[in-house]
Amino acid sequence: MEESKNFTVSVYTENNIGLLNRISAIFLKRHINIESMTVSKSEIEHVHRFTFVVEVPETLIRKVVGQLEKQIEVIRAFYHTEDEIIYHETALFKIASTHLYDERIQDKLKFRRAHIIAITDRYFVIEASGLKEDINKMYDKLKPFGLLQFVRSGRIAITRPKMAISELFEEIN
Amino acid sequence: METLKKEIQEKNTIKTIRVKGAEAVIKCLLEEGVDLAYGYPGGAIMPIYDELYKYKDELHHVLTRHEQGATHAAQGFARVTGKPGIVFATSGPGATNLVTGIADAQIDSSPMVCITGQVGSHLLGSDAFQETDIIGISTPVTKWNYQITKASEIPEVIAKAFYIAKSGRPGPVLIDITKDAQFEEFDFSYKKCEKIRSYIAIPKLDVAKVKEAAELINSAKKPFIVFGQGVIIGGAENEFKSFIEKTDIPSACTGLGLSALETEHPLHVGMVGMHGNYAPNVLTNSCDVLIAIGMRFDDRVTGNLATYAKQAKVIHFDIDPAEIDKNVKTAIAVLGDVKETLAEIMQFVDKNEHKEWMKEFDKLLEIEKKTVINDQLNPTKEGLTMGEVMGGINKETKGDAVIVSDVGQHQMFAWRYAKFNKTRSNVTSGGLGTMGFALPAAIGAKMGAPEREVVAIIGDGGFQMTIQELGTILQTKAAVKIVVLNNSFLGMVRQWQELFFDRRYASTVMTNPDFVKIAEGYGIEANKVEKREDLADAIKTMIASKESYFLEVMIEQEDNVFPMIPTGASVSDIRLS
Repeated sequence: MEESKNFTVSVYTENNIGLLNRISAIFLKRHINIESMTVSKSEIEHVHRFTFVVEVPETLIRKVVGQLEKQIEVIRAFYHTEDEIIYHETALFKIASTHLYDERIQDKLKFRRAHIIAITDRYFVIEASGLKEDINKMYDKLKPFGLLQFVRSGRIAITRPKMAISELFEEIN
Repeated sequence: METLKKEIQEKNTIKTIRVKGAEAVIKCLLEEGVDLAYGYPGGAIMPIYDELYKYKDELHHVLTRHEQGATHAAQGFARVTGKPGIVFATSGPGATNLVTGIADAQIDSSPMVCITGQVGSHLLGSDAFQETDIIGISTPVTKWNYQITKASEIPEVIAKAFYIAKSGRPGPVLIDITKDAQFEEFDFSYKKCEKIRSYIAIPKLDVAKVKEAAELINSAKKPFIVFGQGVIIGGAENEFKSFIEKTDIPSACTGLGLSALETEHPLHVGMVGMHGNYAPNVLTNSCDVLIAIGMRFDDRVTGNLATYAKQAKVIHFDIDPAEIDKNVKTAIAVLGDVKETLAEIMQFVDKNEHKEWMKEFDKLLEIEKKTVINDQLNPTKEGLTMGEVMGGINKETKGDAVIVSDVGQHQMFAWRYAKFNKTRSNVTSGGLGTMGFALPAAIGAKMGAPEREVVAIIGDGGFQMTIQELGTILQTKAAVKIVVLNNSFLGMVRQWQELFFDRRYASTVMTNPDFVKIAEGYGIEANKVEKREDLADAIKTMIASKESYFLEVMIEQEDNVFPMIPTGASVSDIRLS
């Protein structure tokens, strides 16, 4: 059995209603769990970019990407391993205000990409960003204080190797 | 006055006319050359049906008895003509009833344009009467789909729908049109779609790959071709024949590849797959180069992938890049339209001979004849068999008929024994295996090729899944010949129960009605055969009939389909009994 790896899948698409359904259906029919997903504008005008994180064997992701590209309104799809991308995730932690001046919390905030973004008399909110592991660590550290709410964003990623998307787009446009 | 003149002139150059959305739909179809559609009316599509009434002289609408029947009829039409089949249905249940037929067209790459009515746009998402999210439901089984909420979108979307359905690897598309968009007036003009920037219909031909493939083919000692429906869809029958004749390579078809090459061609070595022929299955695991042309290595073709053609270098010709390495790892992929790639490779392949290799196929064919074929075509047991019925049909049609098969044992006998002289003669539900496909598909096939004999081969199970379409035959007088092979069993499941479930016949016994009476009730001349001596005459009478005809043949209950590759087994472990 081939080993599963973490892959970041970037899908460049037209901006149409229902496309999310069509794209996620490709993962669904192969019984693949999507760990995170982000949709945004891309570097090309009117072209959207979906970023998925999945854990699957490489032979499988190659087939999935082929089937994604086959969809009419998908322009191109790519997959990359962790070392081929520069990525970022963001998380928000809501904690009861009784812990605000707890030295141990202040300690945690020394982590280079974490800071308090809101304070009220009942709670305060810490924002942390970084790699998946950074946020996992932060989560483990803050959990003992009682998390009133926790949320984490999907991954956003830029690839180290060039993605031949703009050139391709000019060609077909 | 001058300005008015100018205005009129401008209007004339753009050529727009003010019409309702519903009328625009019909105008778009006419622009696309459509003159026949299948469907079933209902509340949310009434404005379109009202226009169909007005345009009935230009666009003939066939009322099927169920929306599923409309999809299969449209697919039957598409298979024999190569043109997209057109389907209309209303919202809600009308639309959901299309799903099976759309899924069938998707997996078998048949072009189809389905137009569904939808509740008014102000009601979308409110669980209105007969509202279903058909876009969401049909997404995984359509090549493309789109919901129109404004009349002005109609021309562009329908043009796109036709382009997508027909181009590249064809498939079904669905356009859902809200009722208000059907009523809304707008300035109509039509322009056919020629490209979509995010869609590459046909991958660019790579001459280097073609050359590489040719070199491998030239050096092969035991080359073997498996061809599929891609040859038919690409209209590449002639190119294919020239290619195999020059290279002298034994060629076997997939189920859907049947009729792309005439059955009697000396290089046609039969059919691969679960119930295919002995030689091509066994020798898949002996060839040194396997050339797959317009086929997709379905699991029913390959058996166990871990032991499939492992000794061979695989060359895969296909139009769909997603099919490359999906199931079988290729050495060389030749992407593109097979009509072009096969024409291109001709200049690089050597004229060759593979007599010794061909003898291996002949030897194994002899074994299959002795152990299986002779007995299936000329049985000595008392009961009638499906094989001899197919043999009898061949005798009368001489291989010129369109054979429409349903799903099950009879389908396998039809695939194994039907003789085909012409392309686009095998209409069947391959990938999806949709019971109930054949009766409505035969109606569509007959309308698509009215000059040809169309014979539907159906089991007693599948027949009852869409039996209501006898009503469509009654109303349209479609002269299809219907053969029901009745063994009072769901035969294929029964066979598996016999072989793999210790003969526990769970829910496969059928208590059937008097089919002859039913057919007669629909005004169709009907006959029933129970004895061997009556079979030949009965088939003769049926084929001689100028109108629709129903023939029921009572079949030996424990008639099994062999050879057979059991699930999970290797192609070379095909069982002869």
